Amino acid sequence: MGVVLSSTILRKVAMALSGLFLMFFLLQHFAINITSVFSETVFNQFSHFMGTNALVQFVLQPILIFGVIFHFIMGFVLDIRNRRARGTRYAVYKGSSNASWVSRNMIISGGTILAFLVLHFYDFWVPEMKYKYIEVLPENPDRYYEELVHKFENLTRVVLYVISFLFLALHLSHGFSSAFQSIGFNNKYTTVIKSISKVYAIGIPLGFAFIAIFHHLTH
Amino acid sequence: MKLTLKIWRQENATAKGSMQTYSLKGVSPDMSFLEMMDVLNEQLMEQGIDPVAFDHDCREGICGSCSMFINGEAHGPDRLVTTCQLHMRKFKDGDTIHIEPFRAKPFPVIKDLVVDRTAFDRIQHAGGFISVNTSGNTQDANAIPIEKADADKAFDAATCIGCGACVATCKNASAMLFVSAKVSQYALLPQGKVEATDRVLNMVNQMDEEGFGNCTNTGACEVECPKGISLENIARMNKEFLLASYKV
Repeated sequence: MGVVLSSTILRKVAMALSGLFLMFFLLQHFAINITSVFSETVFNQFSHFMGTNALVQFVLQPILIFGVIFHFIMGFVLDIRNRRARGTRYAVYKGSSNASWVSRNMIISGGTILAFLVLHFYDFWVPEMKYKYIEVLPENPDRYYEELVHKFENLTRVVLYVISFLFLALHLSHGFSSAFQSIGFNNKYTTVIKSISKVYAIGIPLGFAFIAIFHHLTH
Repeated sequence: MKLTLKIWRQENATAKGSMQTYSLKGVSPDMSFLEMMDVLNEQLMEQGIDPVAFDHDCREGICGSCSMFINGEAHGPDRLVTTCQLHMRKFKDGDTIHIEPFRAKPFPVIKDLVVDRTAFDRIQHAGGFISVNTSGNTQDANAIPIEKADADKAFDAATCIGCGACVATCKNASAMLFVSAKVSQYALLPQGKVEATDRVLNMVNQMDEEGFGNCTNTGACEVECPKGISLENIARMNKEFLLASYKV
């Protein structure tokens, strides 16, 4: 990887591709979670499938975890090089006059999402792994909805999740269209990409926040 | 106009620099920024102080020499102009103006506001050219038909004057806008396509070796570029680089 990704452009392309992959995953994650608002049965069926399917568990899940780790590590690697490239800092630097706060602070929004992921893994992924692979408890296809609802009874958790989704929206609002620019896609369709980017960046985090708040208020 | 100037003073490349404050009276709003600097230097010389060193040459926005970071922006608050085309009417009487050199590790300060931008020359030497026979039997460039849209885009890219404002303004000190403009001006033309693979690989490799940062698509370079070079060129270079990497 070190040899292949020695170029700054290839590193950026790798960031873009891993970002696009994660955005696709996020869409799928949302599509399943939103069913919990409408139907306990459908949510349990989807969750049971995802939690027990061998392809999902032993192929897609490791790829996803690699994608997440890669995206974060590469983000920090690029940021370190970028900070070094400036050398002496300016006494006065008016970054807001020519670029948005979001585009200049992806490391902050990304770092916040990383902190959220630690909480999210602690909340859902770790108990799930413990249930299935450490304690090896009998599979219950109806347990998923109850577990989800139980987590969102805690107001502090809901607030932390909603704040994280806000940072996710900020990160996506730059990351989505930026990924296309990085892979060399900037043409007559760029305005369409930017429009889809806005819808995705607002829609998905807002949807996730809605799910968390909905379950908190209804249970 | 009466101004307070806070200017980066650094005796030489190895000396430790600092911001120094000067007061300047009698500045006309019709002066260019460099003319204001000339007046300051006359005043400093009369006082027996070493004048402020700064780069300048054509003073009409085409040589790319002037390179000041004014009040937190490359070439100052105006858009699509170089420092020499910036006029004092853009400032108010009594203003405090911060003037710093273009800052980047690959652009070390030589003295005061003068920085060494030969990193750009080395990138250009790595591939920013086409190899043609100039012995007298050179084919007329106009003999090869070129689509108007491509010719226009190539010309737009070729208007880059290599001033370094993109590097100075980018939060990552990235040189992607400059390099992409130089790659694009040839990549779009049939004359440039022959050496396209080597060009983009060599120029990007040289850019990386110089220590410039990564592009994070903030778009600041496009806004501050005195020639309005578009981000579209960076996407084109990325694509060219990916295709070239695949070919090699």
